[in-house]
Amino acid sequence: MEEPFLRIEGVSKSFGVFQAVKDVSLTVGKGEIFALLGGSGCGKTTLLRMLAGFEEPTAGKIFLDGRDMSGVPPWERPVHMMFQSYAIFPHMTVEANVGYGLKHEKAMSKADRAARVAEMLDLVQLTPFAKRKPHQISGGQRQRVALARALARQPKLLLLDEPLAALDKKLREHTQFELMSIQERTGVTFIVVTHDQEEAMTLADRIAVMDKGEVKQIGSPTEIYEFPNSRFVAGFIGSVNSFEATVIGRERPHLRLSVPGLGGEVLARDVPAAVEGQKVTLAVRPEKILLGKERSASANSFQGHVKDLAYFGKDSLYRVALPDALVQAHAVNARRGDEGARVADWNDDVWLSFEPASAIVLVG
Amino acid sequence: MSTEGFSRWFDRKGWVGLVIGLPYVWLVVLFLLPFLIVLAMSVATNTPTAPPFSFGGEHPWINLGAYERIATDGLYVRAFLTSIFNAFVSAMLCLLIGYPMALGLTRVSKSWRNILLMLVILPFWTSFLLRVYAWMGLMGKNSWFNGLLTDAWNFLVPIDWAVKSIPMMNSNFAVVLVMVYTYLPFMILPLYASLERLDPNLDEAAMDLGSRPAQVFRDVTLPQSLPGIIAGGMLVFIPAAGELVIPTLVGNASQPMIGRLISDEFSQARDWPMAAAIAVALLVLMVVPTMIYSHYQAKAEGSK
Repeated sequence: MEEPFLRIEGVSKSFGVFQAVKDVSLTVGKGEIFALLGGSGCGKTTLLRMLAGFEEPTAGKIFLDGRDMSGVPPWERPVHMMFQSYAIFPHMTVEANVGYGLKHEKAMSKADRAARVAEMLDLVQLTPFAKRKPHQISGGQRQRVALARALARQPKLLLLDEPLAALDKKLREHTQFELMSIQERTGVTFIVVTHDQEEAMTLADRIAVMDKGEVKQIGSPTEIYEFPNSRFVAGFIGSVNSFEATVIGRERPHLRLSVPGLGGEVLARDVPAAVEGQKVTLAVRPEKILLGKERSASANSFQGHVKDLAYFGKDSLYRVALPDALVQAHAVNARRGDEGARVADWNDDVWLSFEPASAIVLVG
Repeated sequence: MSTEGFSRWFDRKGWVGLVIGLPYVWLVVLFLLPFLIVLAMSVATNTPTAPPFSFGGEHPWINLGAYERIATDGLYVRAFLTSIFNAFVSAMLCLLIGYPMALGLTRVSKSWRNILLMLVILPFWTSFLLRVYAWMGLMGKNSWFNGLLTDAWNFLVPIDWAVKSIPMMNSNFAVVLVMVYTYLPFMILPLYASLERLDPNLDEAAMDLGSRPAQVFRDVTLPQSLPGIIAGGMLVFIPAAGELVIPTLVGNASQPMIGRLISDEFSQARDWPMAAAIAVALLVLMVVPTMIYSHYQAKAEGSK
């Protein structure tokens, strides 16, 4: 097998008795956007700082492009970082900030450096602001200065620490696409640390979901969302209805479960790890649940009544009371109109149904 | 009705005026007025009266004789040069010693930081005079401190250069040594204040972009601490240039500093116009660079 571009091999990091990162192994391909996703304190930032060289792993090794990074100080790593606070030098102009790293490119002539700075400023559309000081530009522009500065020396790996966290919602969406297009044009491998699942889903080719220093699951956004491997991942990414269930038996390709909360039995996608009689968790995403006045032909149908509903415009969220559970279901408001256009109203009796393929069985 | 109107007016404007006005009243009464008195005194004529100066009559209203003497008499010029030299060397040494200390303060844990800051300020808790006397004892020919330095010197240099003791007392060396010791906290505290505000991420960003720690210091830390360096430098340089007690106690009497001359003119020579003129000259010498600095500082702040 070909050596992967970045290989993290059994890396752990302890601060005193606290273990921030526990035995993390993963690989990242060249030119990939890879996201480390998790809540605060999950170890994602510590892992990023180990890649940058600010922290040395307590155990394990990091290989970048085949080279062991152990003991290589930050200033010798072909890895640049875009800090969450941007960390732009306040006493230097935008231009000087972008060109800072190039000072260390001994082989470059002064003219080459100036040309590279101009090219970078052009890439992030900051050419008119070259002579400004950081306090004279907006937050979004500062973020682009940080990006241009980190890209100027053509790093093998660009680390982005919560790149969009400090931007407001509108700017965030715009910047997200800009980041992706810049990544495409430069071909640099991006590693993005974020606590925002939406950010990770839209930006990344692959995501590693982290919790308490461990990697819980690695996969594409679709894999992580549609096929979570644990209760933590299912709950962390998007919202989910989860129920306690017991495995009754296998009906290939399905699994029959008894779900007391729903007051009946459920057919779900089979998972090899499940055994008969085992207590498991059944997870169903709200948008996978079909809501209607009539009973549908689906294998999994349950009756309840609407306890609560929230209208969001394009869709509505229903909270439906079942014998022993409150189920959330998203329904698209496909028809235009006033209240009458809604699928159901408060206290209406409704039928909920979902396909066996949409029912996730979580053993862990 | 009118008292109610007044109280309403006072609530709206009065408090603001009071809060802003009080410092100005303070400055005018306790700084500007005394300074004007000193300024007037400096152009008076010295007479054997009480107080020992007068205007008008057989004396000219404005007598610039004192200033003329300052500019022409070598004694005063030398005293100014000695003062500025000693104060400058002290400020530089304070910077060299204080910078690593201030930087160190920002790099230790919070609890250590408080203890160390306390230690920086602790000397202020004992009498200043007592501490100068302690140094006099240390520098004296028979002290263990002098003995230690003498032994070290004799060990390091050829036998012909050996000395019985190092003549430290009553020299500019002693003045600078004690001034550095006394004024060091005034350098450390503003430096610490400006270094403590720096974002540690900036150091990491510079390192990340390829700079070794020494380059990070030169490119990132040092330029950003410039306001602290200047503030600390002024806080040491200005009082050191006008210092009276330290040069009187440990200095060389034949090489007086300017504070000593002012004191002598006032008390022994009873030439108040001369003393006042020296004080004004010293003030101008100190204030002009300060004003230039704050002008540029304001310009830099204004562009933010």
